[in-house]
Amino acid sequence: MTYLPFAYPLPALITLIAAWLVLGMLGLLQPQRVGWVARMLFPLGALVALGVAAVAVSALRAGFTPQVLVLPLGLPDLPFHLRLDALSGFFLMLLGIAGAGISIFAAGYFRRGEGTSPGLLGLQYHVFLASMALVVLADDAYLFMLAWETMALSSYFLVTSQHRIAEIRRAGFIYLLMAHIGALSILLCFGALHGGNWTMTFDAMRGASLSPAWADVAFCLALFGFGAKAGLFPVHIWLPEAHPAAPSPVSAMMSGLMLKTAIYGLLRVSMDLMHTGPWWWGLVTMLIGLFTALFGVVFAAVQTDMKRLLAYSSIENIGLIIAAVGLALLARSFDMNLLAALALAAALIHAFNHALFKSLLFLATGSVLHATGERNLGKLGGLIRYMPWVAMLALVGTLAIAGLPPLNGFVSEWLLLQAFLSTPAIPHSFINMIVPLGAAAVALTAALAGYVMVKFYGVIFLGQPREAQLERAHDAGVLERIGLAWLALGCILIGVFPQVALDAAASVTRALTGAAVQRGGTIWWIAPVSPAQASYSGLWLLAGLLGVVAVVFVIVRLFYHGRVRRVPPWDCGYRWLTPRMQDTAEGFGQPIRRIFGPFFRIEREVPAPDDAQPHYAIRIEDRTWRAIYAPITATVRRLADAVAVLQRGRLAVYLLYSFLTLIVLLMFVI
Amino acid sequence: MNMIALLRQLAEALLAVALAPLLAGWVAQCRAWLQNRSAPSLLQPYRKLRKLFHKDAVLAEHASPLFRITPYVVFGTMVLAAAIIPSVTTDMPFARVADAIALVGLFATARVFMALAAMDIGTAFGTLGARREMMVGFLAEPALLMVLFNAFLMYGSTALPTVVHGALAAHGLILRPSLAFAGVAFVMVLLAENGRIPIDNPTTHLELTMIHEAMLLEYSALHLALMEWAAWLKLFNYACIGFALFAPWGIALHADTTSPLLLALALLLLKLAVAGGALAVIETVSAKLRVFRAPEFLSTAFLLAVLGILVHLQLRS
Repeated sequence: MTYLPFAYPLPALITLIAAWLVLGMLGLLQPQRVGWVARMLFPLGALVALGVAAVAVSALRAGFTPQVLVLPLGLPDLPFHLRLDALSGFFLMLLGIAGAGISIFAAGYFRRGEGTSPGLLGLQYHVFLASMALVVLADDAYLFMLAWETMALSSYFLVTSQHRIAEIRRAGFIYLLMAHIGALSILLCFGALHGGNWTMTFDAMRGASLSPAWADVAFCLALFGFGAKAGLFPVHIWLPEAHPAAPSPVSAMMSGLMLKTAIYGLLRVSMDLMHTGPWWWGLVTMLIGLFTALFGVVFAAVQTDMKRLLAYSSIENIGLIIAAVGLALLARSFDMNLLAALALAAALIHAFNHALFKSLLFLATGSVLHATGERNLGKLGGLIRYMPWVAMLALVGTLAIAGLPPLNGFVSEWLLLQAFLSTPAIPHSFINMIVPLGAAAVALTAALAGYVMVKFYGVIFLGQPREAQLERAHDAGVLERIGLAWLALGCILIGVFPQVALDAAASVTRALTGAAVQRGGTIWWIAPVSPAQASYSGLWLLAGLLGVVAVVFVIVRLFYHGRVRRVPPWDCGYRWLTPRMQDTAEGFGQPIRRIFGPFFRIEREVPAPDDAQPHYAIRIEDRTWRAIYAPITATVRRLADAVAVLQRGRLAVYLLYSFLTLIVLLMFVI
Repeated sequence: MNMIALLRQLAEALLAVALAPLLAGWVAQCRAWLQNRSAPSLLQPYRKLRKLFHKDAVLAEHASPLFRITPYVVFGTMVLAAAIIPSVTTDMPFARVADAIALVGLFATARVFMALAAMDIGTAFGTLGARREMMVGFLAEPALLMVLFNAFLMYGSTALPTVVHGALAAHGLILRPSLAFAGVAFVMVLLAENGRIPIDNPTTHLELTMIHEAMLLEYSALHLALMEWAAWLKLFNYACIGFALFAPWGIALHADTTSPLLLALALLLLKLAVAGGALAVIETVSAKLRVFRAPEFLSTAFLLAVLGILVHLQLRS
């Protein structure tokens, strides 16, 4: 027997989304009471998120037919069209599962006196969640853009919740600007997609036959527009500004969830609304993705602010996802549906994984921020002793994002590499030459991610506290721990049972590429191509590792005498060890600065040898600011100045303008 | 049948655990001979282990649980890797668990844990070692993956047993240009990953140059013993991966009877002896590079492996 919400998934989802909005509104009843807004409403919001995930999973079953619904809301003659299919189901599941963890954490996180009142914050938060769900469900351009803009605006207000700080206002402005440039591009893309019949439903767009030139235009606009939201190079600049400015649960939502709506949009437009395109679409997408990934990880390695580091790491992960999408497009243009399915599955599973571990890490930085008041890596350290829970759960996220087996980050990386390995079968010699270099870039990025995460975790949680007040740091509260543990559990489960993730992705790949990616193997291990080519079992790897460790531990316990002494650190016999002798964040990034020098613009202040108070400072800047954005802003300013010549501030002159305009218009009439 | 196969796999892992110190002792002996020193006994590593296991463990007073768990995790990953790599036979049920890419991932897990533990005490040397080790790691890992991709292009698989099957079925003696590139790259990666001479020196504690040893400075007694043993196992594992890719002769394809297994074991010992000697020669004739020459060394390895791939694709078309 099917329960009611699963028999009617779309009405159920609409109800749940409306429930989010109601929860947001309820917060306004007593906007200043943390007990009401945070402890009551946010956990309810988490329950709603779980409901969304549960209903969305039903859309991923085999044999699910897409559901459509027309709501008589919106403008006259422009009703809202909604559609639930495998692709939207997958992203809703991601939104629900990661959103539940973030909401529970947020219930324990938000306090009074930090910028916007809790009630208002709760409203913005739930509107943000609801708009993301609507983006994924929208089936016409009108509702899509409406939800897309609501998402951008609500997140803008969340980013600037501490609007008294000028730096945060600036970050919010850049974010809003880039969001609108992107939205404009997406709007134009839909304009190109309708194919001349002026119906803006996605159904009509699927049926429209575009000329190749218009298809190219639409694709480029989509790549730019969704790329601006996802943080692709060179339109990534808002991301490292906005993510650190926002409160941590909001950073987690933006990085873990909102960036994924951009991936969803790109997939929806390029693989569902449009038909197979030329091969260069895939190649360009892949190359941009790979460069973004490398760029992001290299910049992450030299950051000194923990949230900025994570923001750059998001750019890296988005780059990898987009590279996988590019590979899928490339394979599809050669009708290699199985390879396309494999690459697409890698993209989807990596998107899901990133939602889990990046949210987990952003939330952990939130706990650290609340416990210490520091975001600067140079003033943290040793927190594993004062915040054991957060440290342990953050370790899971760290190992997962570093792509280490048997956690989930490795699964998607492995799938992506397997997809790259299958590319020599593409019948095009130029692509054959380029793609191995792509695999090399993926491998390099993955290895660098390990470096970045060792830096992140080691500098924050390990070593000695770099400041005296860190010893008073306290562990996170129960609700925060539950939120972190939920996400960490997700990281472990997907790593150990990648079959489940592959099955979920398979229904999407069946819908988009016509081929379902196979899990292969048995329930114990996966072999998406063939068992002879490659197989992997997270479960057995974890079991083997735990088994060996347990056996070694028991043997050592049996034979070792067990005497352990605690003494001051040895440090080669040096007695005057201070916390300042550890590597700082700058120090840990130094090899990267040296090896990848051309990426950065570096300004150094080196003290003179006879300086009484030596001071060393280093500033690392993104080259795109000067290379791309400074000329653009200069041009805009020049144009504005030119226009300003007209603006004289005297009434007589303005009357003259009106008069002249009238005469010109009259000339047309007569 | 399945039970016996599992036992065989377990035996292979135990064999690696038992033989790894011997390999380390053999390399040290060869090095001593080549440098006109009187050589330590072949059994010296075992004696070192016994000594360490009898000592009192000394821990820094603020060492976290992570610091104490790490030796077990690192040792465990290396034993697990040894169980998966086909060193004597390819007929192993457990080999399905991880292909070569997952093996690289396992090694990365061990490296990350080691680097984190090195940062845990908060000494200057520990963080220095961790930073350098991660630097070598992120340069060596892609190079190793590219080497594996070469093998993939040749035999259509990243599963080491299938690679061995393919190599043994195709030809006895493997002479392919792309494999030559990959082989040189692999040796360079092996040297870097195992802290061998052009990159690191396992026999010195000179603070300006050490990498691996800097991370172990705060370990003592049983923890140090496990870390050292894990390092020897890592060398053993790398040697076995190299044999599987480039010199698979003698590895038993079917392990139903004992004679191929014995032959495979004998050949493995022979190959290990030769490889150990070659390693000692390389270490003797080359000089230690400055730390900042390491990226050049490893990017050369990376480029060689990529060249191997391109050569293969070019020759195919």
